[in-house]
Amino acid sequence: MRWLLLKDLRILRRSPLLVALLAIYPVVIALLIGFALSRGPDKPSIALVDEIPHTQRSFDVAGSKLNADEYLPSLLRSVNVVRARTRADAQRLVRDGKVLGAVVLPPDITQKLATGTEQPTIEVIYNGEDAVKQRYVDSVLRARMAEANVALSQRFQQATAGYLNLLLNGGTLNLLGRGVDILGLKNAHAIVAGAIAGLPPGSPLRTSLGQVAAFGRLAIDNLGASKNVLRSVGQPLAVRQTIVGGRRTPLDTFAAAISVTVSLMFLTLLLAAGLLALEREEHAFSRLVRGLVSRVGLLVEKIGLAALCAFAVALLMLLALGGFFIALDWSRFPQWLLALAFGAVAFAALGVALGGLAREVRAASLLAFLVSLPIAFLALVPSGAVSNGLYDVVRAVSAIFPFRATLQALDAALYGASPGLPGPLLHLAALAVAYTALARVALRRFG
Amino acid sequence: MPSPVATHAPARAALAAAGLTKRYGERVALRDVSFAAAAGELVAVIGPNGAGKTTLLSILAGIQRPDAGEVTRPPREIGWVPQQPAVYSKLSVEENLRLFARLEKVADVDAVVDGMLGQTGLRERAGDELGTLSGGNKQRVNIAVGLLAEPPVLLLDEPSASLDPRQRARLWEFVGAQAAGGTAVIFSTHDVQEAERYADRVLVLADGELLFAGTAAELAAAVQPSGGDAAGPRDFETAFVQFLRERGH
Repeated sequence: MRWLLLKDLRILRRSPLLVALLAIYPVVIALLIGFALSRGPDKPSIALVDEIPHTQRSFDVAGSKLNADEYLPSLLRSVNVVRARTRADAQRLVRDGKVLGAVVLPPDITQKLATGTEQPTIEVIYNGEDAVKQRYVDSVLRARMAEANVALSQRFQQATAGYLNLLLNGGTLNLLGRGVDILGLKNAHAIVAGAIAGLPPGSPLRTSLGQVAAFGRLAIDNLGASKNVLRSVGQPLAVRQTIVGGRRTPLDTFAAAISVTVSLMFLTLLLAAGLLALEREEHAFSRLVRGLVSRVGLLVEKIGLAALCAFAVALLMLLALGGFFIALDWSRFPQWLLALAFGAVAFAALGVALGGLAREVRAASLLAFLVSLPIAFLALVPSGAVSNGLYDVVRAVSAIFPFRATLQALDAALYGASPGLPGPLLHLAALAVAYTALARVALRRFG
Repeated sequence: MPSPVATHAPARAALAAAGLTKRYGERVALRDVSFAAAAGELVAVIGPNGAGKTTLLSILAGIQRPDAGEVTRPPREIGWVPQQPAVYSKLSVEENLRLFARLEKVADVDAVVDGMLGQTGLRERAGDELGTLSGGNKQRVNIAVGLLAEPPVLLLDEPSASLDPRQRARLWEFVGAQAAGGTAVIFSTHDVQEAERYADRVLVLADGELLFAGTAAELAAAVQPSGGDAAGPRDFETAFVQFLRERGH
């Protein structure tokens, strides 16, 4: 078997195009994912038409001075703002594809906000040619709008709370530049209570003033709770996150696990299937299996070589990702090796099963490629994305291929994610044995 | 007149097959075939397409198992040369020979490879990749690989199928030299003239049945004279076709 292994390595060495492809492919994948993870998405360009007159940029809400310029940054955060002078200019920019969308701030926006009763409207212009872009801009602007609304709402709440406080405790209200003294409910209640105490027993006024005092107490108690009510109105729903199913892997680590698993799958499947099919294509298979090497021995050699090559490349890819792009827990390195090794062997076993069906390298490669894509896609279908019944089918189909188990093993190895390492490793070992047996049957039937 | 199926079991058979039968589902590819080949003998297996020639050689080579019957010699002691060159086109001539010599567990790999390069006349091209060689030279390497372990029996499946006349002549010169050295050579061929010219005996297979085993002259003699040709057919190919026709094939 050693001589066969050396022979295959020599053949690989003399196939520079194939080796270059096998080496470059995962490097390109790693670089793409690395840059995507480290740079983040570019800011979308949005045109802004600000029609608010200079004289109306400041406005008054319940006695507090607010400025539109204070809220624009939060409205346009995480977008690249392209200033447009008029609505027509903005429309042209959107139509020409210079910007993804445009926001038009009408001139009366601050006036309406100041009334506290009228709702101003901000216009958003999309390019309808691209539904994906439109949806993206829509979601970005809605998110920014929600943040601006919350900021304004807090200012309105503060102002309203000030009014309620004045009503409750009394003080001075600034009205059109003049200070107006407000007695306040608590003071009024104290005055009424004092008046009742000064009345002679049996006075008919006691009953009437007693009713006023009782109402005052009720109003004081309820206005005391008004701040909490206002907070609830401003933000009716609060969110508390609870994660079930073990530790949550950060997105970049999970993306790294996916990219490494995809590369491992392609490399191992193509190599294992191609190496076995090559024996048939070169007509050497019949010569080899008539006593020079057993069929199982031949399969083990192909699995070993394909797994070894893919393991080395995947490990390099992981080291590059961890070294330059994302933070990985290096103390878990031995677990990385285990996950990669088991995944590579399981994929290689699947590869020889496919190679056992083909008589030519090209047919084997095509078969491996055609099988790879659906099993990767199926394994990445999240629960809840499809109906329960269909998800059960997807899960069952994914379980008979090594992609999902390799991804789980790598995820667990990189970050200790659920369901842990032993389960996926056992799963991969079982798949490796099953596919090797299947390949042995294929060699008997098609050899 | 000789018996059409005379197995001619030689006194010192290098290889003997007895009652070989092979079925593929309902179809019988080989039916109770028995024969023997002596050391140094050249035996040709001829027959129409689908006669069972390749199946017979595959069973003798140990690639397939028969449903019934047995072969006296184990596959490891038989040199096998498949129809298509079963060597690696990305390896050089010498690397191919060295690889298979190691897999055959030859005691002195260097000496055997060197000797085989000399016998095949490919010493000057020892470093060339197989893929760059002509069909004839590839076939020489193919045969050389089959001879690396110096087997007492050599099986060749249509060895001259893709060769031009000059390459074919060199091939038979090489194979003849092996037989002269004591190797029993059994080969299948579609070219009955080639069988007549080079084989000591011919085995005629049709529909999996062994119809004849004997010399080419005996086969020609076994054919009834027909039409105006009272002395029988003028050439071996005509005799062979007539022989098959007379037996319903």
